[in-house]
Amino acid sequence: MIKNFKKQNVWFVFTPYLWLVLFFFVPLALIFKISISVSEWGMPPYRDLFSLSENGLEINSTLGNYLFIFSDPFYIRSYLNSLSLAFTSTVLCLIIGYPIAFYVAKSKTSIRNILLIMLIIPFWSSFLLRVYAWKVLLQGSGIINSILIHIGLISEPISMLHNHYAVILGVVYTYLPFMILPLYGYLVKFDLNLIDASNDLGAKPLNTFVKVILPLSLPGIVAGSMLVFIPVVGEYIIPEMLGGSDKLYFGKIIWDEFFVNRDWPIASALAMSGIVILVFPIIIFQLMYAKYNFKNE
Amino acid sequence: MSEPFLQIIDLSKRFDNVVALDKVNLKIAKSEIFSLLGSSGCGKSTLLRIIAGFEKPDEGRILLEGKDITKLPPYVRPLNIMFQNYALFPHLNVTNNIQFGLKEEKISKEEINHRVNEILNLLELNGLEKRKINEISGGQQQRVALARCLVKKPKLLLLDEPLAALDKQLRVQTQFELVNLQYKLGITFIIVTHDQEEAMSLSDRMAIMKNGEILQVGNPVEIYEKPKDKYIANFIGTANIFNVLNKNNQIIIKELNYEVKNINNKENYFKCLIRPEKISVKKLENQSDNLNIGVVKEVAYLGSYTKYLIEVNGFEFYSFMQNSLVSDNLQIRWDDKVQISFNETSIYFFND
Repeated sequence: MIKNFKKQNVWFVFTPYLWLVLFFFVPLALIFKISISVSEWGMPPYRDLFSLSENGLEINSTLGNYLFIFSDPFYIRSYLNSLSLAFTSTVLCLIIGYPIAFYVAKSKTSIRNILLIMLIIPFWSSFLLRVYAWKVLLQGSGIINSILIHIGLISEPISMLHNHYAVILGVVYTYLPFMILPLYGYLVKFDLNLIDASNDLGAKPLNTFVKVILPLSLPGIVAGSMLVFIPVVGEYIIPEMLGGSDKLYFGKIIWDEFFVNRDWPIASALAMSGIVILVFPIIIFQLMYAKYNFKNE
Repeated sequence: MSEPFLQIIDLSKRFDNVVALDKVNLKIAKSEIFSLLGSSGCGKSTLLRIIAGFEKPDEGRILLEGKDITKLPPYVRPLNIMFQNYALFPHLNVTNNIQFGLKEEKISKEEINHRVNEILNLLELNGLEKRKINEISGGQQQRVALARCLVKKPKLLLLDEPLAALDKQLRVQTQFELVNLQYKLGITFIIVTHDQEEAMSLSDRMAIMKNGEILQVGNPVEIYEKPKDKYIANFIGTANIFNVLNKNNQIIIKELNYEVKNINNKENYFKCLIRPEKISVKKLENQSDNLNIGVVKEVAYLGSYTKYLIEVNGFEFYSFMQNSLVSDNLQIRWDDKVQISFNETSIYFFND
């Protein structure tokens, strides 16, 4: 009986790990394998790592792909573009999302649920459609230009599409709920008396925000920022649909290497580098943050 | 009262057509412990929040030392409030919670440290300086909340149910500490509470509130002995209220069929109050005497005193008897016949 229970327990504990290994580490290992392979014309477009020939076992492995992408500023620049896009949109999402999250968290329960549903409703439609809708809104003959021309503010349509501002707009619009929801999660638990107490002790509204509200919602800010920043670095669809040639982003470069140039090893090396560059600072940050939180508990 | 320290004039407040306060007038003297007492929803908390500045009144004014503070935001009012849940900052330690308010003033670091140490000593919080709020007990949290207010040296301290979160033993002890502290510092206290015992033991004066109105203001003795109406009489302690008949210049307590003889003022009263501790009962020995006889319906022995529910002519009322006085009373059981007696001076007449 006890033995059985223990067995069940083991499965219970290891299921998430199994999931992680199957759907994260195995694909990652495959990508890594391709990234150190030699490019070749064919299907798949890379040489097997190990092959038997007349000379015996041959190992066809190279670090050349990594050396190549780090020697070409084109790739580095696109990665920096993606980082700056992620940073800008995270900051914008925070600035726009914080007041919304605060307002939703502090409204009456009946209204709060309606507001939450309104936040979530966009998820019911396809993400592609929503981005495409922005294309329709922003294009030369789009609604915004038509209205502006109609009321006489401009005489010719202004070009709003296919530049990096349109990309930022699309990203902020798409990822805003990912910022608002974790923030809301922390703010809804926030005791409003603390604001009154701070005011009562002589702190003006700004000081109250900086000294009380902000530190207590920091975990929400961190969670929301992570949820926006990380996926935006690899974002492909929004730059593809709304972006232009003024800035190239990392996700688009990987796509091009995979499907346009059919250079899987280079594309894989890019993907691996992107993950490593992004993941390590985040792990270090999370550890430091966990330590900080632990100290504060 | 010459110049009231805090004066509240015609204060009204409405929330979505629900009247929270209705033309409230109040004068509070300097260095007084004043309680606002009432059941939940009577408007006492709203009144406190308006004095603190968290809510704006629809009408009326608040004068503190003659100065109109009605329109001042909370952060400039020279008063502080202690919240029912204490509202201590969970991300700060004890010291930082206490000096939070001082840091908002233009005070030197030495002065801040000096005042924080002073208050830590006063409230016996030494040794807890670096603790987080969730690492200290409820009683300690209460003292930190108090320290956080008192360190600002407010002219007026508002306390919202200051003892409600403490367990019973600690509550009684803290009541005395609070009164001692107030006596030492001379700060005016306004306490909001729904606990009539707490209000009685803490206050110099108290106001009974109901439906956004103040029914009666007075010291605990006045409120208890001379309640203005039936509601107050029942709210404070246990009340036996009888109907009074005025017949041919005779005043008769209807339910007891008892004629009150020694009464100077023969006004037309309709009700009278006799507190249970002023009615004594004695086990009936000989069955002959027919006057003032009741039947015991309930007996509750509470250690220092015993509660009896007595029935006379179908009317029920209470008698509380000190157990030290009459040990014979311990023999009184259900359905026993008892002789009832009270002093006529302990009858309080009023109109409802």
